[in-house]
This record gives sequence, structure tokens and C-alpha cells, in this order.
Amino acid sequence: MAQYDVIIIGGGPGGYNAAIRAGQLGLKAAVVEKRVTLGGTCLNVGCMPSKALLHASELYEAAAGAEFVTLGIDVKPKLNLVQMMKQKADSVTALTKGIEFLFKKNKVEWIKGAGKIAGAGKVEVTAEDGSVSVLETKNIVIATGSEPSPLPGVDVDQNRIVDSTGALSLPEVPKSLVVIGAGIIGLELGSVWRRLGAEVTVVEFLDRITPGMDAETAKTFQRSLTKQGVQFKLGSKVTGAKAGKSSVSLTVEPVAGGAAETIEAEYVLLAIGRRPFTENLGLESVGVETDKRGFIPTDHFKTTAPGVWAIGDVILGPMLAHKAEEDAVACIELIAGKWGHVDYNLVPSVVYTSPEVAWVGKTEEQLKEAGVAYKVGKFPFSANSRAKINHETEGFAKVLADAKTDEILGVHIVGPQAGEMIGEYCVAMAFKAASEDIARVCHPHPTRSEAGRQAAMGVEGWTMQS
Amino acid sequence: MADIMTPALGESVTEATVARWTKKAGDAVRKDEILVELETDKVSLEVAAPADGVLEFIAAEEGATVEPGAVLGRLAEGAAGAKAAPAPAPAAKKEEPAPAPAPAPKAEAPKAAPAAAAPLAPSAQRIVAENNLDGGAIAGSGKDGRVTKGDAIAALEARANAPAAPAAPSAPREIHEREERVRMTRLRQTIARRLKEAQNNAAMLTTFNEVDMSAVMALRNQYKDGFEKSHGVKLGFMSFFVKAVIHGLKHVPDVNAEIDGTDIIYKNHYDIGVAVGTEKGLVVPVLRDADALSLAGIEKGIGALGKKARDGGLAMDDLQGGTFTISNGGVYGSLMSTPILNAPQSGILGMHKIQERPMAVGGQVVIRPMMYLALSYDHRVVDGQGAVTFLVRVKEAIEDPQRLLLDV
Ligand SMILES: Cc1cc2nc3c(=O)[nH]c(=O)nc-3n(C[C@H](O)[C@H](O)[C@H](O)COP(=O)(O)OP(=O)(O)OC[C@H]3O[C@@H](n4cnc5c(N)ncnc54)[C@H](O)[C@@H]3O)c2cc1C
Repeated sequence: MAQYDVIIIGGGPGGYNAAIRAGQLGLKAAVVEKRVTLGGTCLNVGCMPSKALLHASELYEAAAGAEFVTLGIDVKPKLNLVQMMKQKADSVTALTKGIEFLFKKNKVEWIKGAGKIAGAGKVEVTAEDGSVSVLETKNIVIATGSEPSPLPGVDVDQNRIVDSTGALSLPEVPKSLVVIGAGIIGLELGSVWRRLGAEVTVVEFLDRITPGMDAETAKTFQRSLTKQGVQFKLGSKVTGAKAGKSSVSLTVEPVAGGAAETIEAEYVLLAIGRRPFTENLGLESVGVETDKRGFIPTDHFKTTAPGVWAIGDVILGPMLAHKAEEDAVACIELIAGKWGHVDYNLVPSVVYTSPEVAWVGKTEEQLKEAGVAYKVGKFPFSANSRAKINHETEGFAKVLADAKTDEILGVHIVGPQAGEMIGEYCVAMAFKAASEDIARVCHPHPTRSEAGRQAAMGVEGWTMQS
Repeated sequence: MADIMTPALGESVTEATVARWTKKAGDAVRKDEILVELETDKVSLEVAAPADGVLEFIAAEEGATVEPGAVLGRLAEGAAGAKAAPAPAPAAKKEEPAPAPAPAPKAEAPKAAPAAAAPLAPSAQRIVAENNLDGGAIAGSGKDGRVTKGDAIAALEARANAPAAPAAPSAPREIHEREERVRMTRLRQTIARRLKEAQNNAAMLTTFNEVDMSAVMALRNQYKDGFEKSHGVKLGFMSFFVKAVIHGLKHVPDVNAEIDGTDIIYKNHYDIGVAVGTEKGLVVPVLRDADALSLAGIEKGIGALGKKARDGGLAMDDLQGGTFTISNGGVYGSLMSTPILNAPQSGILGMHKIQERPMAVGGQVVIRPMMYLALSYDHRVVDGQGAVTFLVRVKEAIEDPQRLLLDV
């Protein structure tokens, strides 16, 4: 007799949400997590600490820069980096403890240690003190997440050359910081340190930033960041990094060919993406293979081995915490014999910089490639009253809708609070709403959400306020 | 407000037809009052009001096909409904207007968009109102069947493209004088489909035997009064056949098995379907755990199921999960037939008419009451030897019922 209905390996957003849902559905569930706290990458070294620093540094910049003066608030702020880091750590601790509470509430066990699959229905747990126990379970859910991808020639030492985890806890504000990779994580953390005073250069292999983002949106976003002082070296590849005592020298070559150059910086942040983490997981013991990039292929979260499921960053789909959460709910409901499904087209993405960028559904490039006839409605925040009052007029909201049925196919927002606004469109799209359905619904005034409505009106050519 | 949902219809039943609404939109109803009758492949079932209230609208009209979980209509719950209900309420104020069909329509609604079966998206509402479409008649492709703008546009286009004269259904052939076209009932359609499926899926063939009914008839004659007195039920032949069949199934388990993909599932329970003819068609209620029943228990069980079947009162549970079926064509006078399997079962016994025939017994011609037996079986599971052995077992048990007692 199996001791458990389901054992989940990994306690990140995938794992802990799976556990909670399993508890709710009356399954006997346990999470094996080797970290000393629950919450995985997201709570410990990802979403949460990065947002804590983004929030703090944004306010610091508002106070230190022109904004407070404009508002008539004369202050001379002094950065207390130690306190800034402490409040970040405090928030993270509160959040990870919160997960422990939720486990108790839902009668989920946390088994501390590293989990390894040891054949069908068996999970071997090695505790920190080296003791090993074997647990029997009807189902195993792999939720081991991801880790930063390495780059040959650039050795992360977490001293001068750091990954995202190191960049969340630098001991000082770098004079200069080179970010390798113009993805979401690199731009967010680059923004943090720039606001606190670092000179930031972003080196990117592609000739654009934030691949996957709607191209027009990315261009506008890049312009904003450039205006803030971030320098971009696009179409450039880093071929080597030498860390000295107090600085790093990077060799950078144009992708198109040409002379290499050397860039000196106090710190280097390697943020070229993340890769699935399945080290020491015992996948071979049940015959689960990974694809070329290390992801576990699944069919509705089922791996090729019976009774073994996988969710979150280790499987295909956007590597995002809320996607891992959706996977978790659907996977557990399937295990419990219910209906579970996740529409990855409706998983929104957010960049928590200033301005923020948020989107859901298809980009213009994707629609063109698929040959879909679509209409565009766009509205600039410079014409939105709330944005104007707050001096946050950069960016726009853009609604893409089917040329015939008017169904909303994609929404792209670059501007203030974009992340908070995108949820409206996730709901709308899940209900197959037309742009007109947004256009004909009353929105509160004055809010930024009106920009979205005006953009929706624009799809059929009746934007009223610009 | 509460949606009136199509209930779970039972395993392997995926849809139902709305047979009859007993209430119309606007009617006050009481909790547990029957609102609508559904017909499935196998049974009719009734859906009752989940609460007191007013039937706000009907989403699935009579004749519509619905799946479990589909919304049939909506109930505006509350006292208003209860008061308006037939129960005499000695309330002072009588004229309680039934709640408006749509939740508080705004004053600004232009031409009062027709109250639709499901809430229309704002865009669809406009298109419907501007073009005088029937919102309730548009098939919704949105979440939970909601009508999207695309659906409304399509409905508008369909109207524009529709030929002036009401289009006759294209494919069906013309009806001549002295012919009549009648829509197949759902039950009939299902019978047709299931029978054909069984023929297509199974490697079906039939083996025959005949059985001398003398012994069973003698036994019955001897004990029928006493039996009826003790048990309150008549001793028929059916109970003997059920016993004999179980006796056979125990010796040839293949006949009590079914194919599932590339596996065979052997069933260690004996739930015997007994085909019953009803006005609407043939149904096969299941006598559960028949191996544990006495002859009287079997007779009672079959009697009860038959009555339920004829009264249209069979529940889903009565029809599901049989492991083997007995079909008695003899009641209509059939001398010999090849029954079709009741999928996914692997065997069906055909009983027939008892007829006196001259038989050679011990070198003498004697007249015996004889019945032909037919076993149709799925040759994928049951091989020829098994099938013949099974039928011989049945025959022997009927010809010498003491075997049943001794289990030999
Ligand atoms: C700097 C940064 C910022 C981010 N910001 C955002 C954001 O704003 N929004 C967003 O949606 N996403 C963000 N992400 C991504 C997000 O963190 C991940 O998508 C999410 O954490 C994935 O969840 P998961 O449960 O699949 O895996 P993880 O969160 O990676 O959790 C996996 C857990 O499994 C544990 N584990 C692994 N192997 C074993 C084993 N064998 N035994 C026991 N335990 C094991 C690990 O210790 C880890 O705790 C960010 C990521 C980073 C790095």
C-alpha cells in the first residue's frame, strides 16, 4: 500500500500550489524540498525579491531624481542598501512562512531533503544530515523548476560575475554593471541597479530586446530604458569574461562579424535565460527522458512513465510562476480524476520595470506569420488623464482583434501599472470577448485602465480621447 | 439565480435530448418540482427545480441535445417565486410581478435587446438589437455556450445568405403518397447505433444447441403452487436459465469477460442483463449479483425490472454494467435466431419457443418439449470450444436441474 496519493518534488510555485490543491481535494500529499525554505525560485531568489528591489529602487529614484522636485517635495535621500536588502529578506521570509502555514492548513507534509525517483511509485529522500528514506506513493509530480543557463567562457563566481541570484544581493551599488542578455530578468535587475546609481550596459545576441514580446512594444520599451540611461549593445555576443579583483573584462564580438572589443565593468550579470533542472532526479529509474534542451515532455502533465507527472519550469511553456501555478492545479485535478486544462495562449507576461510591459495572447508578428487578418487599436498613455497627472506618460495600450469576428487576439501594454491591467484582458479573452465588448463596458475614471478601453475602441475606429 | 443543469447521465452516456418542459419561462416553481424531462439513450430522467423561484428562461428547447453540465435554463431563486407558486399564500399584496427576465435592464438599452437564452456579450447584444435577430437562437461558441460577437456576425450573415424560401432539409428523399416520415426516437437511434457498433467491433458468431425442457417443466408443475405460496412469486423458466447461465459462465469465464483495448477484463461478478420488450423498444435491465440470488430472488428481480421497464421508470443504474445478456425471443414465438451482442459483453444467450418435437431417445421416438438455444459470442475473446462448452453446460443444467444443486 502506498503511503501517499501524491509526492511532489520541489516546493516552488508549481510544487506548493499542487500540494495545496491536493490537500483541498483530500489527497494525501507531501512535498519534498531541499531548500531550507519553501517557495522555490520565485519566493526565494526570483519574482519576490526582485519585485522588492524594483519597488524600493523605483521610490529611491523618484526621490533622488527630478520627480519629487517636480511634485514639490524637496528631500535629499540617502541610500541604505543594507536596510533595503533587509526589508527584501523580511518580506521573503514572511512569504515563505506563509506557504508553511498553508501546508499545515491543507494537511500537506513538507519532507525536507533532496528527492530522487527510485523506480515506479518510490521517492528516495536524502535529508541534510545524509540520512536516506524511501517513500511510496501512487503519483509523483516533478516540480523541480529551473536554474540560470550557463554561458561558455563566462564563469559565474557570484563575486564579480553573478547570476540573477547574486544580482539580488550585491554588497554594494556597482559603478558599472554589464548585463548579458536583454530578457525580462536581466532588464529588471539591470533597472534596479541603474536606479540605485550603476551605469548599466546590456549586451544582447539578438538584434532586439525581450524576444517573444511584440516588436513594436519592445521598441517603445527599449526607447524608454535608453532614455533612463541603460545602454544597449544588440547583435553582440560575449565570448569571454575575465574576472579580476575589482572588475571584469568582457570580450564582445558583433554577431554579424567584425572586430571584438573589450568592455570593463565592476560587475557582470549573466542572465541569458533559464534551463530546466532535473539533476540527480532519478528520471532514468522510471524511463523518463528529457528533450534536447532538458525539458520533460508531457501530455497534459503526464510524462512517459505511468504515475509520474511534471509541471512548471521543467516542462514546456512559458517559464513563469503563474504558469507553474496553473499547471499545478490542472495536474492535481487530473490526478484526482477531474478535468484540468491550461491554455498557454492565455498566460500573461509582465516586465516589472518602469514603464511596465504586459501582454497576453498573440503578438503582431505571430498573427502575421499565421496569416490571420487582424485589426489594431492603440492608445498612448500621453492622452490618458491619470497617467498625465502622475507624470507617467510613456507607452501605449494596444489591442489586436480578428478582422472579421472582432475577437481579441492579443493585448500589449507598455506603460504604468501595465501588469495590473492585463488581467482584465486575460478574463476577456478566456470568454472570447470582442474588442467591442471592452469598448462598450464602463471603466473607472480617471484610471490607466481607460487607455485599454480607448485602444479597444480604436479597433473599430472610434477612439474618443485622442 | 441558479442555473438548471443537465445532470450526470451515467457512464457511457454522453448526451440527452430535451423531451419536454413542464414549465415555461416566467412560471413560478417550487423546490423539487419537475421542470423538464430528458431522454437519454437508455432512460428518461427528470430534472427538478433546485429551489423555489421563477423559471427565468429556457436555454435548451425541446428537441435540443444537451451534454452533462450543459445549462438547461435558469431559475431566479427567491420568495417571489415561492409566493407566486400555486401554494395558497394568504399574503396581503397579491400582484407580485414576476422578476424581469434579464437582470435589471438599464434605462439606456436602445430597443431592449431580446432576452436571450444565455447572457450575450455587449457587442452581440448590440448586433442582435440592431438587426432584430433572435439572440436565444444563436448558437454560442464562447465559454459555457455564450454568444460572442463572432457568433452574432455569423448569424447575421447566415440570415443574409439564407434563400428566400424556407430551405427544406437537403439530403432526405422525398416522401410519396402513402408514406409517412417519422423521426426515430432517441431510444431507437441508440438501439440502431449500438447494434451496429456491436456488429462492427466484435468478431461475432453464433453457436446452437437444443434443450429438452421436460425436467424443468415437471419440476415446475410439481412445485409451482407451493413455490408461489412460499415466495409470493410465480416459478417461471427464466430463473432456471439465469442459474444455468451463471453455472456455464463459472466454467467458461471467457464468456463473462470483455475486451478493453489490448486487454481482456475478466469479471468475477455475474450481472445478467435480461432483454425486455417495451412499447418504445428493447431495453436490457440488469439483474445484479444474480449468482447470489435464489430462484425466487431471480423471479422477483426480473419481475420488478420488467415492470419498471414497461412503466418507463428504469434508472440509469438499472441498465449499466451487465456482464452477460439473455434474450428470449420465444415469447414472440421465435423458433431460432441469432442475437446480437450487447457490447462490450462477449456473450448473449438466445432462448426460443418451446415446441413439442419428436426426438430419438434411447432408440425410441418420443415427443419432447424442445427449445433451441443460441449463443452469439465474440470470437476475439471466446474460442469455439469455450462457446460450445458453455452452451452444453446450460443445456445440461436445464435438462437435469439437480446439477445446479450439486454444481456439477
Ligand atoms: C530573478 C527572477 C525573477 C523572476 N520573476 C518572475 C516574475 O516576476 N513573475 C513570474 O511569473 N516568474 C518570475 N520568475 C520565474 C519564476 O521564478 C519561475 O517560473 C517559477 O519559480 C517556476 O516555478 P517551479 O515551481 O516550476 O520551479 P521553482 O520555483 O524553480 O521551484 C523548484 C524547487 O524545486 C527544488 N528542487 C529541485 N530539485 C529538487 C530535488 N531533487 N529534491 C527536492 N527539491 C528540489 C528547488 O530547490 C526549488 O525550490 C523569475 C525568476 C527569476 C530567477
